[in-house]
Amino acid sequence: MIGDKILLAHGDGGLLTHELISNLFLRHFENSILKTMSDAATLPLEIEKGRLVVTTDSFVIKPIFFPGGDIGKLAVCGTVNDLAVSGAVPRYLTASFILEEGLPLADLEKILTSMAEAARMAGVTIIAGDTKVVERGNADKIFVNTTGVGLVPEGVELGYHRVEEGDVVILNGNIGEHGLAVVSRREGLEFESDIISDCTCLNSITQDLLFQYKGIKLMRDPTRGGVATTVKEIALATNKDIFLFEDRIPISDEVRWAAEMLGLDPLYLANEGKFIAVVSPQEAPDIVAALRRLPQGQQASIIGEVKKGQGNVFLKTSLGATKLIDMLAGEQLPRIC
Amino acid sequence: MELLQRFKDPKLGQRILERLQQKISRPLNFMEVCGTHTVAISRSGIRELLKGKLRLKSGPGCPVCVTDTGDIDKMIGLARLPGVIVTTFGDMMRVPGSRSSLVQERANGDVRVVYSALDAVAIAEANPDKTVIFLGVGFETTVPAVALCLEEVVRKNLKNFLLYSAHKVVPPALETLLQDPEVKIDGFLLPGHVCTILGRKTFEFLSQKYNVPAVIGGFEPVDILAALDALVDMVAAGKAQVLNRYSRAVREEGNPLAQAIMQKYFDLVDVKWRGIGIIPRSGLKLKAEYARYDAEEQYLLEESTVEAVPGCSCGEILKGKMEPPECPLFAYICTPLKPVGPCMVSSEGACAAYYKYERRRSKN
Ligand code: SF4
Ligand code: SF4
Repeated sequence: MIGDKILLAHGDGGLLTHELISNLFLRHFENSILKTMSDAATLPLEIEKGRLVVTTDSFVIKPIFFPGGDIGKLAVCGTVNDLAVSGAVPRYLTASFILEEGLPLADLEKILTSMAEAARMAGVTIIAGDTKVVERGNADKIFVNTTGVGLVPEGVELGYHRVEEGDVVILNGNIGEHGLAVVSRREGLEFESDIISDCTCLNSITQDLLFQYKGIKLMRDPTRGGVATTVKEIALATNKDIFLFEDRIPISDEVRWAAEMLGLDPLYLANEGKFIAVVSPQEAPDIVAALRRLPQGQQASIIGEVKKGQGNVFLKTSLGATKLIDMLAGEQLPRIC
Repeated sequence: MELLQRFKDPKLGQRILERLQQKISRPLNFMEVCGTHTVAISRSGIRELLKGKLRLKSGPGCPVCVTDTGDIDKMIGLARLPGVIVTTFGDMMRVPGSRSSLVQERANGDVRVVYSALDAVAIAEANPDKTVIFLGVGFETTVPAVALCLEEVVRKNLKNFLLYSAHKVVPPALETLLQDPEVKIDGFLLPGHVCTILGRKTFEFLSQKYNVPAVIGGFEPVDILAALDALVDMVAAGKAQVLNRYSRAVREEGNPLAQAIMQKYFDLVDVKWRGIGIIPRSGLKLKAEYARYDAEEQYLLEESTVEAVPGCSCGEILKGKMEPPECPLFAYICTPLKPVGPCMVSSEGACAAYYKYERRRSKN
């Protein structure tokens, strides 16, 4: 049988590979397309109206299990969210795995279980995949790549070109939770906290919002580099200035406290279940109200304004100063002492 | 948590700020010693909002910034040794030595980023055939944890763990600044974290010997403003005292356990601070009886003669004689992505804080 650890032989295409795929992957990712096990998946997609979008992302994260999720959930939600903020309805995913020799099979199974669960919740089907095993030391336990295919319905069009002066910036909830949840479990830094990652798939919310509010012009998910970096990217791409208001940016006490302790700026911490939307000022209050009725949007808030300018982002601090905000240069590191 | 909220309260902060703006009659020079303060002051806008009233100068309060080029070169030398795994804090990786940096060395040797000395000990246990060297940088706040790790190493009789100690202590550096006639400081905002270990009393020499007021402050905007407020009052009254405005963390005597374990493992020695020079009894070296754990004792490390990068004004910055934007390289040649000096590398460095939060225009 397969034993309890990933062996190099699990990747050689022989019996063990076969067992791994049929006993583990197929069992968790059960669906009719995948089951055919052909070299390429045929998608029953009819695209008369709307547009097809594709995105791909590789996930490498340490630790692979963290409060609120794991690398599998992240790999599904991350790609689903990239589609969702493009205005698409996510439909299909492929999943590729690079496994390190010695990875406990129980860990792999846990990861596959949460991938399957996340995919089911998001309404996407995993239609193709691949596994490779590398020698111990040549990878960090497990790397996952997911590619997503989605459909942008007719009538939905998001893009930088739609952003105008006077638009406002909305955020659906507290910042920094994913970043700190992960950091809190890093070796050498482990600290007790109630912070859990906000890792979740956003497509159901975004689809509903886009259906109801035509004033949504652009959406982005502020993952790596955090809210600050994402807003800066929007400012640069639209060549307009964006003003953020520090006291309106939602943040939990736990995150504030832990970030303070570690010397990290929450504005630059990674998020996973968050989106930033640039919307027309007329519809903004309704959108915020609608978001606040949802579990993933209770702290939704208007955090900024688009103004004429040249791609700058400014933060109005709660003491009344105006600070220029830039992208994150390099990784944010916990302070030394 | 609620307590913390109060220290973040923007209304309270704004009130203190207004009061400060009104009551300062002549421009004062205060120094925030600690890098975390520098970042908080820059980020919240306190420096900008008090411009013309207070000059808040950044001091030698970031351990990465004050690590001498010679030390960095020695660390690089260690990274080049065969059979060695060098472990260090992330901030150290990009600090330029005279010819290379640890990031560059990582391509050839085994250099790993850790978050604490404990990680390094774990790496040593997992790699019995290699020698693991931990590059220790930090002040009183980091050293006790490193000493605790040594305790583990000694207890487990680990033979493949070495420490390179570039650790330093803060009080002698303040003393050196005060003895420099060019440095003009009307008061110190003392580093909250360091004081948690050393206590308030340790800093009384500032007022007693040098007649300079000082306030221990926390790191929230309101904390900092309240500390500045107290400093301004003392200056106005012509009084010099050392006050504790961070009593939720700092005690009179500090943390005696932490102090004791530092003393158990380390001796005070004269060391060079980048940009400042030799400061007597300001460095921490492993005691002779622990020499077998001391990387400096175990390897003959070449003393490099090269001085700091030309043009880099880190020394002036660390002594509060210059502000980062006055450095000719600032934001042009020296940026966080291509740092010339450590003050731009370290997340607590003054130049990095100014670059991140005090620039007027971004370079797109
Ligand atoms: S805690 Fe220590 S290293 Fe950190 S900024 Fe303060 S004095 Fe500097
Ligand atoms: S800007 Fe760069 S070169 Fe100038 S003092 Fe700061 S770190 Fe040194």
